Amino acid sequence: MTSPVLELRGIDKRFAGVHALQDVNLALYPGEVHALMGQNGAGKSTLIKVLTGVVSLDAGEILLEGRAIHPDSPLDAQKLGISTVYQEVNLCPNLSVAENIFAGYFPRRGALHGYRIDWDKTHGQARELLARIGLDIDVTRVLTSYSVAVQQMVAIARALKLSSKVLILDEPTSSLDDDEVRRLFDVLRRLREQGLAILFVTHFLNQVYAISDRITVLRNSRRVGEWPTSELGAQALIAAMLGRELAAAQARQSPPDDIETATQETALLDATRLGQKGQLQPLDLRVRAGEVVGVAGLLGSGRTELAKLLFGLEKPDEGELRIDGMPVSFTTPAQAIRHGIAFCPEERKADGIVAELSLRENIALALQARMGARRCLTRAEQNALAERFVRALGIKAATLDMPIGLLSGGNQQKALIARWLATEPRLLILDEPTRGIDVAAKQEIMDEILRLASTGMAVLFISSEISEVVRIANRIVVLRDRRKVGELPAGTSEDTVCEMIGAEHG
Amino acid sequence: MDDTARRMTLRSMMEHRLGWPIVTLVLLLALNAAFNPGFLHVEWRNGHVYGSLVDILNRAAPLAVVALGMTIVIATRGIDISVGAVVAIAGAVAAWAIGGSIAGNVTRFPLPVVIVAALGVALLCGLWNGLLVARAGMQPIIATLILMVAGRGIAQLITNGQIITIYYTPYFFFGGGYLLGLPTSIWIVALVFVLLYLAITRTALGLFLQAIGINPTAARVAGVQAKRLTLGAYAFSGLCAGVAGILISSNVKSADGNNAGLLLELDAILAVTLGGTALTGGRFTLAGSVIGALIIQTLTYLIYSLGVPPEVNLVVKAIVVFAVMMLQSGEFRATVVKFARRPAIGRSEVRR
Repeated sequence: MTSPVLELRGIDKRFAGVHALQDVNLALYPGEVHALMGQNGAGKSTLIKVLTGVVSLDAGEILLEGRAIHPDSPLDAQKLGISTVYQEVNLCPNLSVAENIFAGYFPRRGALHGYRIDWDKTHGQARELLARIGLDIDVTRVLTSYSVAVQQMVAIARALKLSSKVLILDEPTSSLDDDEVRRLFDVLRRLREQGLAILFVTHFLNQVYAISDRITVLRNSRRVGEWPTSELGAQALIAAMLGRELAAAQARQSPPDDIETATQETALLDATRLGQKGQLQPLDLRVRAGEVVGVAGLLGSGRTELAKLLFGLEKPDEGELRIDGMPVSFTTPAQAIRHGIAFCPEERKADGIVAELSLRENIALALQARMGARRCLTRAEQNALAERFVRALGIKAATLDMPIGLLSGGNQQKALIARWLATEPRLLILDEPTRGIDVAAKQEIMDEILRLASTGMAVLFISSEISEVVRIANRIVVLRDRRKVGELPAGTSEDTVCEMIGAEHG
Repeated sequence: MDDTARRMTLRSMMEHRLGWPIVTLVLLLALNAAFNPGFLHVEWRNGHVYGSLVDILNRAAPLAVVALGMTIVIATRGIDISVGAVVAIAGAVAAWAIGGSIAGNVTRFPLPVVIVAALGVALLCGLWNGLLVARAGMQPIIATLILMVAGRGIAQLITNGQIITIYYTPYFFFGGGYLLGLPTSIWIVALVFVLLYLAITRTALGLFLQAIGINPTAARVAGVQAKRLTLGAYAFSGLCAGVAGILISSNVKSADGNNAGLLLELDAILAVTLGGTALTGGRFTLAGSVIGALIIQTLTYLIYSLGVPPEVNLVVKAIVVFAVMMLQSGEFRATVVKFARRPAIGRSEVRR
C-alpha cells in the first residue's frame, strides 16, 4: 500500500474541559475517497476544524506527506494543500464565477508585483479549473445565475485552485437533489483518478457506499475503527456509529390508512386553488387532525413555497385557505401561529435558530411570542418547559443556558421541534426536518412525529427522502415543477412515488 | 489557594460583559482623583450634595438617557442618528410652548402641557423613523439620516431661526433643579433606567428584542412581531431624545435649533459601544450604556481639569476612546498576549 498523504495521530481536543476528540487517528491515502461517519456530536466537525486550522489541537500531530504541520487558519491549511468545501456554499452570490474562484488570489499583472488583476488569466484559469471537474459554464456570469449544485462545484473548484493534495467535503450533498448528487460524484471520481485524497462527511448511507473506498467511524469523540467500505455492511456501519443494534427500530409497519372516510369530516386545514404566481400553481390540500400528510418532490418543486403560503410567510394571490371550515388569510406567521399552525423551516441556521440565545430561550421563544410580551414566562417556567422537551426529545446539551448555536445540527433540529411543540400546535409543518442529521436522531424525530399524530396533531411532512415520506405518511402529495401532480395513499412503494415525481431514485 | 481564588474571581469579573466598562470608568475616575485632590470630595451644602462626582452624573444625564434609547434601537440591529436633531426639536417645542415672556412666572401653556407637547413631538419623530425602517424597509442609517438633516431645519422653523431664551423659572427644575438634595436630572435618568429595566426584564420584550437583533428571520418565523417591536424601539429612542431635549434646554435656559444636542448621536453610539453592546445587535446591556455615558463625561472632565488646550481636546478624547476600544477588544488583547509570548516560543523552537 502507498503511504498516506495525510495522517492524524492521537488527536486530542477539549472544549471547556469536555473532550471533543480523544486520541483520534485518521489516515488519508492518495486516490481514495474516505468517508468520515458518526452521529451528531461524535466529533466529525471538530476533527475537520482541527485539520483546517480553525481550532488548535491540545495533543497529537498532523503529518502531511510525513512532515508535521501546524495549520493555524483555514488559509494556512489551504496553502499547505488541504482544501475544504463546507455544507453551506460559502461564496459571494453577487460576484462572477471566476471572481468567486479567485477572490483573494487573483492572478496579477503590471509593476509592483502586479498592481492590477489579470482578467484574461483569471477567466482562462477559472475555465481550466472547471474543466478539470467536467464543468463548462460561462465564468463571467454571476454565481446566482447557476443552480446550487453548480455553485457547490464552483466551491470545489475554488478549493482546488491551489495545488491541493487533500480535499475535505463537509456534507456537500445535503442541499442537492439526486441528480445533482450524481454529478457531484462524477466530479469526485474524476478527482480521485487524479490522485487526490478526499475526506467525505455525509449522513446519507447510500452515498457512502456509492463513492467511498474506506470508512472511519467516530463515536463519542473517539475513533471506533477504520474499514474498507467493501468489508463494512450498512447494518454493521450503523451499529458502529450508534454502538448498539438498531435493527428493530428500522422495521416499521405502515401507519393505518383510511383515506375514504377522510373526505367526510371537516378538515383541520383546507386549501382550495391556493397558489402564488411564479411560485406555486394553484392546488388543493386537505389535512385532518391526527393525519401525517407527506409532501414529496424535488428541490424547487414548490414544497417550501407551499409551506410558506400556509404559514403566512408568503401571501397567496389566489385561492382560499380554511381552518376548521372558517376562511382565514395570514399576512404574518404570528397570525398562523394563533390558529395553531407551526412551521419548522428547511434552513435551520438562517430561519430557525437564534444562535446566540440559550437553548432554554430558543425553546421558549414561539410560546412566548404567542403569549405576547406582557405575560412573561419566568426563568423557572422556561426551565421547566425546556427540561420537559430536552428529556422527551433526547436533546443533548451540557446546560440549558448553552447558546443553541454550539449544539450539533441534530440537537438544534430537535430544539426547534421542541419550540413548536411547546405551543401545542394543531398542525405542525416540517420542512426537511431530518436534513443533515444523523441516523439515530432521524429515527427519534420520526418516532416523535408518529407519536404526536396519534395524539391528534396533524403533520405536514415535507422531505426529499422518499423512503422517509413513504414510511411515515398517511397520504402523500406529490409536487413537480411547482404544481401538484397527484396524491398517493399510504403503502405506496417508493418506486411509484419516484415515478410520479419524475425522477428515478438513486 | 487564596491567591488562585482571588484570580478566579478577577477573571470571572473581567469575563462579565460589564467588566471592562467598569474598569475603564474606575481608571478614569482614579486619574481624575490623581490630578485633582478634591475630585472625590462630596459635601452637603445648602441642602444639596455638591462635588465633582455629582457634577459628572448631572452633566452625563442627557447623554445617558439618549444612550438608553439608542441601546434598544441597536439591539434590533438598527441605529438612530437623528437623536441630536430630535433633542433640538423637543427643546424648540418646549420653548415655543412656554413663550417668550420675560417674566419668570409666565408661560403660554401650563407646564404639564409644555412637557407633554415636547415629549409628544419627540415620540412622533421616533415613530417616523420607525415607520421608515419597519414598514418602508429602509436601512436604519439612511432612514434616520433624513430626520437628522431635516430635524435641525424643523427646530429652526419652530424657533424662527433664533435662539429662544427661556425665562419661566419652574421649567428650570428639570435640568438645573434639585430633588432630595440631588440634581433632578439624575433622578430622571434613574427613572427612565428603572422603567426600561423593568419593561425589559419583567416582560418578554428583552427576549424578543434580542431575537430580532440576532436573527430577524428566525424571530419572525417564531411568531415575534418584529415590525411592531422595531417601530416601538425607534419610537422609544425618539422619546428618550425628547427627555434629553427638555433636560438640555432647561439646563441652558434656551432653545437653540442649530446647536442643541449637536453630535449627541455620535456620543450616544459611543456610549452604547463603550458599555459593551455590539453594534451588530442582539445581546445588549442597559447598565453598560449608562456606564458608557459616564465614561465619556468623566473623560471630558479629565481633559478640562488637565488643562488640555481646547483646540486639541477632541484629539485627546479620540486617543483615549481609541485606547479604551482596543482594550475592550478581545481579539486585540489576544494579539498582544501572543506578541508578548512570541520570543519564548522562538527559543523553544531553536532548542528543538
